[in-house]
Formats: sequence, structure tokens, C-alpha cells
Amino acid sequence: MTKITYIEHDGKEHAVDVKNGLSVMEGAIKNNVPGIDADCGGACACATCHVYVDDAWTAKTGAASSMEESMLDFAQNVQPNSRLSCQIRVTDALDGLIVRLPEDQH
Amino acid sequence: MSGRVVIVGAGHAGGAAAAFLRQYGHEGPIALIGDEPHLPYQRPPLSKAWLKGEAGEDDLQLRPPSFYEDNHIAVTRGARAIAIDRQTRQVDLNDGVSQSYDHLILAMGARARPLPIPGAHLPGVLYLRTAADAEALKGMLGPGKRVVVIGGGYVGLEVAASARAIGAEVWVVEREARLLARVAGEALSGFFHRYHGERGVRFVLGASAAAIDGEDKVEAAVLDHGERLPCDIVLIGVGALPNQELAMDAGLVCNDGVVVDNEARTSDPNIFAIGDLTRRPLPLYDRSFRLESVPSALEQAKQAAAAITGHKPPAPEVPWFWSDQYDLKLQIAGLPFDVDTKVVRGDPDSARFAVFHMKGDLIQAVEAVNAPAEFMGGRLLIGQRRPVDIEKLADPAVSMKEVGA
Repeated sequence: MTKITYIEHDGKEHAVDVKNGLSVMEGAIKNNVPGIDADCGGACACATCHVYVDDAWTAKTGAASSMEESMLDFAQNVQPNSRLSCQIRVTDALDGLIVRLPEDQH
Repeated sequence: MSGRVVIVGAGHAGGAAAAFLRQYGHEGPIALIGDEPHLPYQRPPLSKAWLKGEAGEDDLQLRPPSFYEDNHIAVTRGARAIAIDRQTRQVDLNDGVSQSYDHLILAMGARARPLPIPGAHLPGVLYLRTAADAEALKGMLGPGKRVVVIGGGYVGLEVAASARAIGAEVWVVEREARLLARVAGEALSGFFHRYHGERGVRFVLGASAAAIDGEDKVEAAVLDHGERLPCDIVLIGVGALPNQELAMDAGLVCNDGVVVDNEARTSDPNIFAIGDLTRRPLPLYDRSFRLESVPSALEQAKQAAAAITGHKPPAPEVPWFWSDQYDLKLQIAGLPFDVDTKVVRGDPDSARFAVFHMKGDLIQAVEAVNAPAEFMGGRLLIGQRRPVDIEKLADPAVSMKEVGA
């Protein structure tokens, strides 16, 4: 289990344990964290699981693939630390990860 | 905000409606009634990742069981609604229970269109709509198994790709002269035909299945021109029919789907209908249509929940779809209505291209293969009704951002 803290747009924090191997998106859905829609269920097809990775963690979560980058290019309110959370795999290395959620996924 | 909401149908649409009602502040009781033994789950992976064994049952669940408990959503599984009494506002279930409602949301979805030919009852003749269907198919598939897919639509092609990945032999039989005839343009049809063909799928186009041969299980599919394809499995994917009988019996206006407005309201103001079941308005295209897609179901779930709770209605969305086959990600935005020209951007031979369906200088639809920028950019431009320069659009050296600028 890996600890991940999801912070909603209004500042509400959800610190939950996520099984390794799941995606950061699935960790939110399985723990009833609101604010991640994931319309396509993790197929990297919709860009509705947008998160901002805390600056201290961007190196560990790695870089977005070109597919993900192209999707993000057209998402709302994109920042340099924007990622699609369905594309971040949870591993021990991410224990303590903090991600922030945008106001709206659409 | 305190009325009682009954949702009939616990698929993607029904499950989402329950969740949005709570998210939008509905405080009254919510009953979610489904005829399957499962909590709401995702159907799209059934023909893709799940069939290939890359996703487990847990991965299919839309939300964990605790979600329904925590949000006081009373889920009834394995029960079907058999009648609606609109005067007394009651729904009768087949287990003998009646549920009263202030607002009713119908979300019964669609069912696989049956193919009534001799032998269609034989073990080994399968459809793919539910988790149980997928379980049966997965149980029979394996290396060397011979599968005849009847119907070259998305379900058929996704199963073909997954079956090849497992090492099965696959034939696809399509009545029309090309694949995806109902849902995609010629360029895309041709591309998928070649791509599947190069990966060992065999096609018989312009042919229908006339019968299925076998003593006590499937032995062969017999086509209308006489060809006989020996096989272990026949997978029928020839479209879907809306489960609208309950609504018709209750006197709601139906027309190949329960007719709804932009709030997902039916002809009875206390009854909403959402998802594959509905014929819905498409404001961007000035017509109504029956969309069979998760994004449309989610949008309508939001519309109904917003109307019931008085929440701000969701912004209108451009219809969109996706399909995964082999290493291809197909994303489609919009619908190709009233199209006069098509613009191909990129090279289909590189398996990275997009086809734009144009009405004058407006994009009506985009079909994007491994081309997410074209999909995302196209979707935005369709929604904004923004004219584009066709020469720029056709030139992959001009970025989609510049095309839209």
C-alpha cells in the first residue's frame, strides 16, 4: 500500500492508501475521492482525470507520454505539473505523493 | 431536494445518475434497481482489456461497494421493473415489490440485436453486452480457437483484435461492402480492414450469416452465398435495440428510443430517461439521435440530476467515442451529418492520422487514429462552431493549436 494525498480544489484533503499497480486515478475512484471524473475509465481517451502533481514529486511520477501530452495540451487550466492521473502507476516510490485537483474536469 | 428518486437500470448511466444526485446535493432517498447481479460496472473494457485478461472484475466496478453505503443509495440487484403507474407514481418490480417515486430515472440501456437464423440457439453462439456475456466468451476463447464474428462494427472489431491477441483464429462477416459502414467514413473503414488483415483477421464482406450448423454445439457458420466457415464460436455483433418496452407500456413517447429533451426529461415531467435507451436532441446538429456511448450517458446523467436538484445544468458536450484495437487508439468526436468534404490529415499508412468531416469550413466530426491532438483540437472546434482554414487543417506541419487560432 502506498499513501497518496489528494487535495480538492477547495482545499479538502483525502489521504488514502492505494494498492501498488493501480493508477493514481483508480486510487481516487476506489476511495471515493471526488473531483476526478475519469469518463473513459483509464483509456487515456478523455482527459477528465487531470491532476497537478506536487512540485516535490514531479521527478518521481516521471514524464507524460506523447499521447498524454497531446491530450493535456487541450485540457483546461493546464500547468507544467499537469498529468492525467490514469497514466501514473502507483509504486513504493510514490509513497507520500501529493496531487491537487482542478476545479472542473470538463 | 428531499423527494424520492428511483433509478431503473444500474449500468453506467444509472450508477452515474445516483452519484451526481448526491454530488448536486439531493438529500432524499435514492433507489437504484438493476437486473444484473453486479453493482454498476464499465462495459467498454468487456471487449478490450478485460477480454484479454488485462483487467480484473474489480477493475470493472465503477465505484466500490462502500460508495453506495456511504451515500445512502439503496441498490437492488437482480430485479427488473415490469410496470410504471404514472398516476400513483409507482414502479412495480418482478420480485413483487413496488417502489414509489417523486422522480423516476429510466436507464435500462440497450440489448444486443438478435440474429434470428437457424442454429442461433446453439451453445457457442454468443453476444457481447453484459459481464455475463463477456465471461462466457472469455471462457471459450483460447489459442487456436476458431471465432466467426458476425458484424464488422466496433464490438465485432474489438473482439477480433482481442481474440487475435489471445491467439485465436478470426473471421469477420459483414453484410455491407465495408467495415464500420454505419458509424465511420470510408477512409477509416479501409484502414481498419488493412490493419486487421495484416494481423491475421480474415474478412468476408457483402455477406450475411444464413444459418449456424451444429449438432449440440456450434460447428460452422453458413453464409448466404453458401460459404461454410467451420468454427468453435460465433460472436454476433449486429447492433443494439433500446430497452424501451417499459416506457412504451407506460405511454411515454418513444421513437426507436425513449424521446427526451435537453434535460433528459421524457414526455412525463416526473420521468427522465438517460443513456443508450434514449433518443436525445443534438443541439449542434439540429436533430435527435440515439447515441450509444458512455460520454453521452454521463452527460444525460448530469442533465437529469441537475434538473431534479435545481443544480446548474452541464455545458452541452460534443458527442464522442473511443475504441482500442491492437496498438490503435481510435477517438471520434462529433457526428458526420451534412458533410460535403473530407480532409485527411497525416498518412493512414503510418497508423497515425485523422479524417475531418466538413460542412463547408466547419468541422462536423473527426476520426482520429493515434492522433490525440487532432481529436482534442477537433472536439473543441466542433463545439465552438469555429470555421477553419482547410489548407492548414490538411497540413500536419501546422499544429492543431494553430489551426484553431
